[in-house]
Amino acid sequence: MASTNTSPEILEQVAAIASRWKGRPDMLIPVLHEVQAVAHNSIPKDVAKVVSYEMGIPIAQIYSVQTFYSFFSKEKRGKVLIRLCKTAPCHVKGTKEVLEAFESALGIKAGQTTSDGAFTLETCECIGACDVSPAVLIDDTVYGNLTPEKVDELILTISQMEVDES
Amino acid sequence: MEELRVVLSKAGDISPIKSSEYVSVGGYEGLRKAVEAPEKVIEFIKASGLRGRGGAGFPTGLKLSFTANTPADQKYIVCNADEGEPGTNKDRVIMEEIPHRIFEGMAIAAVAVGADQGYIYLRAEYPHLKKILEEALADAREHSFIGPNIVNSGFNFDIQLFIGAGAYVCGEETALLDSLEGKRGEPRFKPPFPGVAGLWGKPTLVNNVETLANLPAIILNGPEWFRQIGTEKCPGTKVFTLSGNILNPGVYEYPIGVTIRELFEDVGGCCPNGKKLYAVQTGGASGNIIPPSLLDTPMDIERCSENGATFGAGDLMFIDEDRCLLDVLENLIEFFEHESCGKCTPCRTGNPQLLALIRKFKNGTAKQSDLELMLELGNVMVGGCLCGLGQAAPNPILSAVRFFPEVFKVNNNYERGAS
Repeated sequence: MASTNTSPEILEQVAAIASRWKGRPDMLIPVLHEVQAVAHNSIPKDVAKVVSYEMGIPIAQIYSVQTFYSFFSKEKRGKVLIRLCKTAPCHVKGTKEVLEAFESALGIKAGQTTSDGAFTLETCECIGACDVSPAVLIDDTVYGNLTPEKVDELILTISQMEVDES
Repeated sequence: MEELRVVLSKAGDISPIKSSEYVSVGGYEGLRKAVEAPEKVIEFIKASGLRGRGGAGFPTGLKLSFTANTPADQKYIVCNADEGEPGTNKDRVIMEEIPHRIFEGMAIAAVAVGADQGYIYLRAEYPHLKKILEEALADAREHSFIGPNIVNSGFNFDIQLFIGAGAYVCGEETALLDSLEGKRGEPRFKPPFPGVAGLWGKPTLVNNVETLANLPAIILNGPEWFRQIGTEKCPGTKVFTLSGNILNPGVYEYPIGVTIRELFEDVGGCCPNGKKLYAVQTGGASGNIIPPSLLDTPMDIERCSENGATFGAGDLMFIDEDRCLLDVLENLIEFFEHESCGKCTPCRTGNPQLLALIRKFKNGTAKQSDLELMLELGNVMVGGCLCGLGQAAPNPILSAVRFFPEVFKVNNNYERGAS
């Protein structure tokens, strides 16, 4: 796992979340979702260790589970998660060109995070938006019928929403 | 053929959250009838001929009877809302527009098999649905459609929402159960089947969203009514997902037996920009790819398989003449390679090998022996993989070789390092 230095404040929040489910290994996945949301969209080793201690689950088991599911990440990710669907129904409608537009607009490749920590760009499996393909899931919202031309505008809109929130 | 809404009846016309609005269109009447004569529910479902709508088409009544006939102190109902098949989003629409019908179906099943706890396993890729389902569940609980003493019947049945974390294989019912238990979602060896030993080893009924949403109307209107819709061996309607290069992609409910041509031409509106249709992938990413000459195939489980198509979860992805089929196949196998859980060898190592072979065809370096190897490997996977993921992964390739042989050009003179 990536070596990391998560802040003590975040580790305290993680402990508070995980300690509610001591002795409930079945709650590991909901806990990892919750923990990830407070820890830079990631579950690095120091965070996993706290979850392990608080829930009484071996760290190897946590590693095994977190690396199985694509929505969990060991690496620190950006504030905004951009998940572009790369499966066939989007593929036949031009995902490749849309991905290139995202990469050039953000200056990163799929799987990377912008240097200011604002955006992470990922490709993902079907997001069930085949009626508006090609489609992207940005945090909890689906944006569909994408074209390379629409990507710049979309990123501007998302950036503006972030500014408004903070 | 005309659109006929059973599962999606009144969907979109009423609030998805408020049970009072669902009740105003006849909602929860099926449950009221079921609690009056719980012993008749399974009889009704068996007589209706309803088959699972998640892709396997297993008779629902029979599945219910396995769980019902296994004595246990605790039983569970699990709604499989891990709709991960690329090219399928019909369960998403049902959950967005009429979630109470799913809860009602789950409660009917619970009464029939004697379960008091239900789970909805929702895929992580549908984050917006968490709020809708949680609010609708709270409303159903407040009005005693779920919770203690549902509809004043003396039955208890509650439903809990569980959010997955991004794994296609969790749509396989035993992998889903492992995931619900907090583990990696790897398929279990069967038997025992979940109906006998499922969640935490207890008898568990796992059904697809659409299957469960069919139960209220069957109980309310009776099996004879249901059998008038659809075909003899596949009664009822199907919520189809149309995607790819068509004018009107989306989700449409039609009686089973509607032809692919009707769905393509009348509903989907053909390919945009006057392009010609080249191929159709039927039944989702793991389904067969067929040529336009088979467009008159009725969407019915038996007729699809007779003709070389796949019914699956009722998905049709249309591919126009501008696409490269090898490119699409590469994309599909990349998907299965990524989503293979790694538990069984034929799937774990078979998919990367299939991918390498497809790429040989794509870059023009495949020989006749590669074609033979690809077919042999595909057949080994169909017969040897532990679960449906690996068993079905070669389908697109095997069907493409059958129907589009011209795509698989071999170059027997190619030598490694040459050309």
